[in-house]
Amino acid sequence: MIPLTVNGTTHHVDVEPDTPLLFVLRDTLGMTGTKYGCGIAQCGACTVLVDGEAMRSCQFPVDAVGASQVTTIEAIEEDAVGARVVEAWVSVEAPQCGYCQSGQVMAATALLKAVPKPTDEDIADAMTNLCRCGTYNMIADAIRQAAG
Amino acid sequence: MKDFLTAPAAAPGSAVIAKAGPLSRRGFLGAAGGLALVAMLPVRPSRAETAAKLVPGTRVPAFLEIRPDGSVHVLSPFVEGGQGIATGMAQTIGEELDVNPARFTVDCAPPGPDYAVVGGMRMTGGSFSTRSSYPLMRRLGATAREMLMRAAATRLDVAQDTLTTEDGQVLHAASGRSLGYGELAEAAFALEPAADVPLRDPATFRWIGKPVARLDMRDKSTGRAVYAIDQKLDGMLYAAVRHAEYFGTKPLSIRNEAQVRAMPGVHSVHLLEAAVAVCADSWWRARKAVETVQAEWSEPEAAGLDTVAKDFSSEGMLQALRDYDGETHPAETEGDAAAAFTGADKVIEAEYVAPYLAHGQLEPPSAMARFNADGTLELWLPNQAPEMFQGSAAAAAGLEPAQVRIHSPMLGGFFGRHFIYGPGNPYPQAIALAKATGMPVKVIWSREEEFLNDAVRPLSMSRFRAAIGADGLPAALEVRTIGEGPIGRYFGAMLQTPVDSSAVEGIVEKPYAIPNRAMVFGKRPHPVNIAFWRSVGHSMNDFFYESFLDEIADAGGQDPMALRRALLARSARHLALLDAVEELSGGWKRGPFEVDGRTRARGLAMASPFGSETATIAEASVEDGAVKVHDVWVAFDPGSVVNPAIVKKQVESAVALGLSAALYEEVVYEAGRRRDQNYDTYTILTRDDMPRVHVTILESGAPMGGVGEPGLPGVLPAVGNALAAATGQRPRRLPMKNLSFS
Ligand code: FES
Ligand code: FES
Repeated sequence: MIPLTVNGTTHHVDVEPDTPLLFVLRDTLGMTGTKYGCGIAQCGACTVLVDGEAMRSCQFPVDAVGASQVTTIEAIEEDAVGARVVEAWVSVEAPQCGYCQSGQVMAATALLKAVPKPTDEDIADAMTNLCRCGTYNMIADAIRQAAG
Repeated sequence: MKDFLTAPAAAPGSAVIAKAGPLSRRGFLGAAGGLALVAMLPVRPSRAETAAKLVPGTRVPAFLEIRPDGSVHVLSPFVEGGQGIATGMAQTIGEELDVNPARFTVDCAPPGPDYAVVGGMRMTGGSFSTRSSYPLMRRLGATAREMLMRAAATRLDVAQDTLTTEDGQVLHAASGRSLGYGELAEAAFALEPAADVPLRDPATFRWIGKPVARLDMRDKSTGRAVYAIDQKLDGMLYAAVRHAEYFGTKPLSIRNEAQVRAMPGVHSVHLLEAAVAVCADSWWRARKAVETVQAEWSEPEAAGLDTVAKDFSSEGMLQALRDYDGETHPAETEGDAAAAFTGADKVIEAEYVAPYLAHGQLEPPSAMARFNADGTLELWLPNQAPEMFQGSAAAAAGLEPAQVRIHSPMLGGFFGRHFIYGPGNPYPQAIALAKATGMPVKVIWSREEEFLNDAVRPLSMSRFRAAIGADGLPAALEVRTIGEGPIGRYFGAMLQTPVDSSAVEGIVEKPYAIPNRAMVFGKRPHPVNIAFWRSVGHSMNDFFYESFLDEIADAGGQDPMALRRALLARSARHLALLDAVEELSGGWKRGPFEVDGRTRARGLAMASPFGSETATIAEASVEDGAVKVHDVWVAFDPGSVVNPAIVKKQVESAVALGLSAALYEEVVYEAGRRRDQNYDTYTILTRDDMPRVHVTILESGAPMGGVGEPGLPGVLPAVGNALAAATGQRPRRLPMKNLSFS
């Protein structure tokens, strides 16, 4: 059993230690807001926060989490920055199909926690998640709006 | 192969495949034929209508549920996949029903004849959703409102013409009484609908034509939106698969089955039609296990369409298209091109090439299947056509279509991915595994399996030749297109003409007044699984045509904008688009010009896809050998719009996908196999390459055209034309990443 703290709740999960955090979240804990897109840390659909930093959970073995706090999209509105990001996302109408957007919201939240007033360059550096629907400009607008 | 090409397909619109059991590629002709028929013949009587006197789109209770709190639940004929159709339906119905669209929820309806509203068929595709259903859905809303008023008249015991409605309430002004729709719905929807209910005067629209807020934004911003891949059932097994290295070959045996079975969480190991599968208690365990499987596979055939041959390559296929010396058929003929070439001052010619493309939608395909105690089958799967999948799944399961219940969750992108493409879909595997295990099974394809087994946009090649007159205008244009499109593939036996519309659209029916034209098409089938891809034939053909038109302009010493204006002098609609895009971009300037010490230029292109019209300008440069697109301006005329905000965002999304295809994307076959298996080597557009996008909508009042696809085709040639102007090098082969610009 591997201890794992997600959104403030500690679970003990019976999985192989090298299981990617993504599949523990989705299949073991039933939290499907975090998405599988590529499995090789390319697309960012699986982004979660580990101690407040954006991590691609498809390449993050569950036993590497240790005592760190994992935050997923399911709890993002409980975070003050995350709640602002969500409001901006809704008001800009950033999503199209929406499949990448959990990861985008998580990455944006991590960015704004680290850099409250990001420049365009900061946004370009931090927001490397793929969006097949091409919502990149809307996402940047939403981040600027959330930054105030 | 001959058999394949001449095989009689099932009746139009029929989703039933003749034989059950393993699904052959040929078997899917019938299923997808209906789709192709819709594209060919948008208006035809519905089979349901003639058979059962049921007129699709008219039975109010099949579409609307009004809940006690007054909220409205719509069962939509269409599936939401980012295009905003759910919100559009709420606006259209809400306008006539007199309920604010914000109080709507919208889900994709199960299979049923009521929903066959696209020319007597049902699908979400061809950019047909809004334009096919808009009048019907308005009428449906108005009919429902009349029923609610009639029920209220009875309840209040007053004359119906003394009643009015206001946002979900029926009001009796004289007595000051009112009734909520939620209180009336049960009685109202039991009434016979009235014929010929009047519609609202469009001048009084509150929601149609307005940028009403999308209904799905909060769920999609908080991870609450549920896709097919997120579905779950009690006691479900997860399955992972690995397909053959050579598409279509079969697994014969597994050498290490005992070892695989002993891996953690593994339930069972299976040989499927063209894949090996492992069922386990989590998808990760299933995947780990299936990746250790050592299987013997059948050998691919040396030629033909059932398997991909060991020596097949995309480069070889291109050469085969070039070498084709079989019959060609006229696709468009006007005047006497041959004579015009004989006397021409100047003749130019060029070959244009576009590669195979993957859909690359971010949600990997999945399918969840459960056989119920009563023998029925339930399926949750991404799909753009529930009835077609129902028929196909029934055949696979040995059931009647009525015994199959299809659930159509929201799509994590589609772009044409979720039609029936034979072995290109996971649901036959889910059905087979649920049958074999006696348990509900969810199959998920890994991203790698998806890139290796997605059905692809066909590679294509056209040769262009133009005669330029002394006036610098094109006197004649010849185009020779060799290949195969998805309509030819899935509908070939039923086509009335040997010309595959999906292979030549964007080359024929262009609006330019070129007096002599001779476009021909020759069919050379692709020995791979081919697909519809956002904007289908237009996705490459408008690139070819509009690029070559700039070559014509250069050869005739004309400015590309001036040439298009000259050739469109009699089309007010197209001239208005040129005016609009010119204004939007701050005035036409081709360049090259300098910005921040770098050379940039602008390119112009027009396209007429799916009943809409576009004019696009792109500004591009080459920086350190790489193409950079700075701005894209699109003037877009779909006739009229339901939600301008959604339309603009769909156009921007189409610009992104078009640019991605222009710059980066190609599915490459080498030695019978696809080269790229994930986004690390199959490059798609990233934020770094996303230009600023500016969209202006023109509502010319022409018949409503499509929205989801038409923004795409103009982007590729606009970029190509800009690069040619900036560098003097003409991109004639996609993707442009393979070209070296100096
Ligand atoms: S699924 Fe983790 S980065 Fe794509
Ligand atoms: S919104 Fe569809 S992938 Fe980003």
